[in-house]
Parts: sequence; C-alpha cells; structure tokens
Amino acid sequence: MTLVHQTKDKARAMRRYSLWSVIRGGLSQQEHWTPAWRDPQPKESYDVVIVGGGGHGLATAYYLAKNHGITNVAVLEKGYIGSGNAGRNTTIVRSNYLLEGNAHFYEHSLKLWEGLSRDLNYNVMFSQRGVLNLAHSDGQMDQFARRGNAMRLNGIDAELLTRDEVREFEPNLDFSAKARFPIHGGLLQRRAGTARHDAVVWGYARGADQRGVDIIQNCEVTGFRIEQGRVLGVETTRGTISAKKVGLAVAGHTTELARKAGLRLPIESHLLQAMVSEPLKPLVNGVVTFGAGHFYISQSDKGGLVFGGDLDGYNSYAQRGNLPMVEHVLEIGLSMLPNLSRLRLLRHWAGVMDMSMDGSPIIGLSPIKGLYLNCGWCYGGFKATPASGWTFAYTIANDAPHKLNEPLALNRFERGYVIDETGNGPVPNRH
Amino acid sequence: MLIRCPWCGERDVSEFSYLGDAGKVRPRDPERATREDWLDYVYIRSNPRGPHLEYWHHAVGCRQWIRVRRDTLTHEVLATAPANQPLGEGAAE
Repeated sequence: MTLVHQTKDKARAMRRYSLWSVIRGGLSQQEHWTPAWRDPQPKESYDVVIVGGGGHGLATAYYLAKNHGITNVAVLEKGYIGSGNAGRNTTIVRSNYLLEGNAHFYEHSLKLWEGLSRDLNYNVMFSQRGVLNLAHSDGQMDQFARRGNAMRLNGIDAELLTRDEVREFEPNLDFSAKARFPIHGGLLQRRAGTARHDAVVWGYARGADQRGVDIIQNCEVTGFRIEQGRVLGVETTRGTISAKKVGLAVAGHTTELARKAGLRLPIESHLLQAMVSEPLKPLVNGVVTFGAGHFYISQSDKGGLVFGGDLDGYNSYAQRGNLPMVEHVLEIGLSMLPNLSRLRLLRHWAGVMDMSMDGSPIIGLSPIKGLYLNCGWCYGGFKATPASGWTFAYTIANDAPHKLNEPLALNRFERGYVIDETGNGPVPNRH
Repeated sequence: MLIRCPWCGERDVSEFSYLGDAGKVRPRDPERATREDWLDYVYIRSNPRGPHLEYWHHAVGCRQWIRVRRDTLTHEVLATAPANQPLGEGAAE
C-alpha cells in the first residue's frame, strides 16, 4: 500500500466514527479528533440557500446532497445550530396519526428514524420505547380503537391495550381506587419513542458538511432579493448571498421572515413550555400521554423526567412562558403519577411554535418562484425532522412536492383541504 | 403576566382566556366576499413580533370581553379597553 493510500484511508477512518477509530485513537491519546463540521466564510452565491440551522434546515441540506446530488448549498443560521426549537422540545418520535395527509408523512419519518444513526454514522440515540396514549372512558377507548384501526390500515403499528395491559407496560401510574381519572386502557405504538435532540442536529450537520454543504452560523437573514416574482438571493448580516433557490426552515419565526418576502401566512407563533426533573432511577418505561388533560412524560437516559403540556395559549415570541401553565401541567402530571409530588424540577424552558391554522405542517412551494416554505410544525416538529428534510429537499430539487408532502401544501387553506387532526377548526391555540 | 381589565383592574393572566387577533374583520357582505376575502379572514394572521392587537375574555372575573394591545416579545400589556371600544384615548395604560 502506498503512502498516499494510507493517508487517504487514515483521513477516511478519522472522519468515520467507529469502535475501530476510538481504539486506534487510543494509541495517540485520542488527539486525532477533528471538528465535526467546518466553519466556512459565506460564498457569494449558491445553488440553494437554506435559512435556519435547526434539525429541519440541516436535514434538508443533508438530503439535498445525499439524495439529489446538490452540494453547492449553504445553511444560514442566525445563532448557533440547534439553538432554536431543536433544543426546546421533548424529543418524542411517533407516527400515531389519524388522517392520511399526516399519517404517511410521519410514518415515513419514523422509518427514516429507524435507520438514522447508521445512515448518518452518528448515534442519535433513537430509542423505540413506545408511546402510550391513556384512555379514561369508554368513549375514549372507542376513539382510540378508531385511530388504531386507521393507523393499521395505513400500515402503521398500533395496539389497543386493556387496563391490565397498560398496568403491565407502565406499572407506576395511578391505578388506585382514588384516581380522579381511572385508566380504562390505552393506545400503544411500540415503534415510537425518543431520540437525542442535539445528536440529530449534529449528525445532520456533520453529514451535510462532509458532502460539501457550508454551514454558516451567526448569519441572520435580513431580507430577500426578489425580481419579477422570482427569488435571486438573500440579504444577511454577513452580506448579500445570491441563490437560485431559497428554502425557509425557521419554525416560529416564519411569519416575520416570510413577511420580508411579501408573504402572509396562516400561522400564529405560540409558546410551548417543557420541563425536566432531577434524575431518578427508572420510573417511566416509555412515553405516556394523559387522556383527561394535556400531559406527556418520558424519562431521559440520564434519568430526568421530561414532560410538557398545553401551549400557554397567546401569541408570543418570548421563548419563555408564564408560571400558571407550569402549575397546570404539574397538576395534571400529579393526577397521572402521584409519586411525582416530591420531585424537584431541574429546568424548564419554552419554544416558539409555528402553530398553523389546522394544526398540520406546511411544506412545499410558495407563491414566489424559487422560494420554498417549511413551517407550521405546531407540536410535531422534532419527530418530523428526517421526513421534513427528506421531502423539503425533494421539493427544492424538483421544484415540485413529493407525494408525501403534496397534501401539506400552503394552498390547502384556500382550497378547503385542511388537515385538522383534532377537529378544532382554524384556532391555532387549540391544536 | 398581568392584564388590566377595564372593570376589575390589573388581574393575573390565569383569570383570562384568549381569543386571538382583534384586527380581523368579517367580510361585511358574505354574498359578495371572494375566496381571497374568506381566506384572509379565516386563516391569514399578521402574527407580529412586537405589539399585537387581541381579544381576551375575563372568564373567571367579570366575564367581559376586552381589547388588548400586548407586546408578543416582552409580554408587556400596552393598553386595554372594552372590546366594543377602540384602543385610543381613555384606554387604560
């Protein structure tokens, strides 16, 4: 083997994470590790500019490069990557949806999650520990049977559990005679679970960077260059960057950014709070959602209980919530798991959700040529990350939506084809 | 967050429920309204990052509807008035 080959092999081995690279690094005090992505200066022009360096933006760049061979791509992030909602969620991954437009999209996402660590060569710690929805009445059991059947007809796994089966799966819930909302049963999706939020961002960033994508942090987009209904580029705090195509993936800030391109959207920005407790020994096996109030809980690998509930309910960009909602969420938590009562909260945080008017995402073309929208994620952003990037990359590459995101088009509102999973109507804070 | 109810004074946010954007006006003549008019009224929201005009209901207080201008970035309540009155002169600051 020539020296050149050895050097190339060494470089590849260093870039590829494996047990072997750790063992080999042990011979050199592990000093061989290099940054997982570069910190390039922005070029003057790109084929595609993605605005927003969260999970969705980075996944889009990754799949543009991997699936469509488009590598002259920049991801522009106003802060540091993963500093928005990618780091403000409860890391739940599931595809237990009733309606077709959502079901196939989220199921595709779940399938991508199942192979993601291997695909990215980065451990995203995807753990299929199951998502269990609790039912507290016969009516709710009927409703879950309907949703479970709809899921199974769509090829998605679902199991309707009796009270005893729920007890076997999650023994620490309140099964006492005193329970305010006795548990009747539940709907379980075993393939659902949780993943490590930072690892998803970093894994996609590294994968995109290795394929030539420029990840440019501390670069805020301040405006667009648009002529005759076609986008020509973006104005940023680091200068003008021309681009043939621009994709927006900025979650709760989509309205403000799209306004600069002259668009008006069916979105309201709302606060969603989440909390984590001090670490405990294993208490909650999967992800459990309460059925008599809005509450969902899981236990992180570090032992902290991660939970959340309703939106605060009013328009907000504050990234911090108010205490009445914390109290409300904890009250519900206690009625489901009374043994939380003496637990101390470690941290709590809030993210700015881009709540769409029907509770389903918007991903596809915009009225401006070359400008693409990826927004309206409501509560569903984290689990959607892989499919969002996958379909958004397809949409940008082909200037047309994939079959999976066709129903999620912006024009579904004017056409009357809304996808309203909860049936609440055009009231964003109720979804 | 405290909201100044024009009847009850400054009260905690937990006493109120939120309706949303108070800037929307229902098409005056439904027979003549176009699809774009309905789209705008039913679905499109200005959703500003800053002062926002909105309706709140003092649900566990006097049960009156009120009009509020509130900053969506700082949560500061800038002005309030009864829902049937504009937020101008005489609004509670």
